[in-house]
Amino acid sequence: MTAAVIIDITLWGSVAVLGFMVWQRGRVVALAAAREGTMDFINIVPRIALGVIGSGFIAAVIPPEVITGWLGPDSGWFGVLTATIAGGLTPGGPVVGFSIAAVALKVGGGPPQVIAYVVAWALFAFQRMILWEIPFMPARFVWFRAAVSLPFPFLAAALAMVIGKP
Amino acid sequence: MIFIGVLVAVSVTLVWRRDGGSGVREILTSDLALFGGILPRVLAGCLLGAFISEILPHEKVSRSLGPSSGLKGLLIGTAFGAILPGGPFTAYPVAAALLTVGADFGATIAMVVSWTLIGYGRAVAWELPILGVDFTLWRIILSLPIPVLAGALGRVVYVRVYPKGEPE
Repeated sequence: MTAAVIIDITLWGSVAVLGFMVWQRGRVVALAAAREGTMDFINIVPRIALGVIGSGFIAAVIPPEVITGWLGPDSGWFGVLTATIAGGLTPGGPVVGFSIAAVALKVGGGPPQVIAYVVAWALFAFQRMILWEIPFMPARFVWFRAAVSLPFPFLAAALAMVIGKP
Repeated sequence: MIFIGVLVAVSVTLVWRRDGGSGVREILTSDLALFGGILPRVLAGCLLGAFISEILPHEKVSRSLGPSSGLKGLLIGTAFGAILPGGPFTAYPVAAALLTVGADFGATIAMVVSWTLIGYGRAVAWELPILGVDFTLWRIILSLPIPVLAGALGRVVYVRVYPKGEPE
């Protein structure tokens, strides 16, 4: 709850500071920018509605145990691959993703596999892409971004194998 | 969006068959509450995006974040993504605004990837308490090179996919 309050304060604080900077360039400019932002908001609401209300249902049909099972202990590069796929398929918000990683570590999952899982979750979690990235960004950018991000869970796992856990 | 709509419809049907009408209502209620809570932040994100594209001069952004901004552009994108406050409701509208004021795909990829991987917001709020300080720091250190590499790879691929610039 407190984290959410802090986020809201920083967020609206930034809006206020930037709004003030725009205001100093003149009233007309500021009103036009505020109107543009509001129009973006109105256009985005239906898409966010579909994403938020729909993603709960998508999450409900994917059992988390399946994903934890895939992160098996000391599974080598095959484990990294399955961890990467599992990261992208993990439904829900940060609590779910990080909790699955914590469980995987506890049940003996290899740290490189768990690193690959967390990195893949950060890069490709389908729910975040559906809910946030696709509505806001040009679709071509989103696919392009996801495609060039593909090697990086593997790179992070490789670095983790080479450097080792401190 | 059609694909997502179909996916949602299939999932609703599966939940309904498994848990009946009460299961569907339960998820719907919690998702509606989430939606209501998110809306003000989405508005803040959209305003932030609009103000940023007003304040940042087009020529300056395309010079420091455009296709020929080199490693420096990728580093600026990475730093910007790492310090950006707020969640996805800020990051994506701001990234979209950067694209429209002249940043290229490479620098914007660096920004988005940096926000997801080394942005402090999610790490402090969720990763530290759940996974602990050691793992989180280790994970972030291993992730440090990724935004710049992803942005650089994005640029290399971009000029091959769109040799004549972005199609509109």
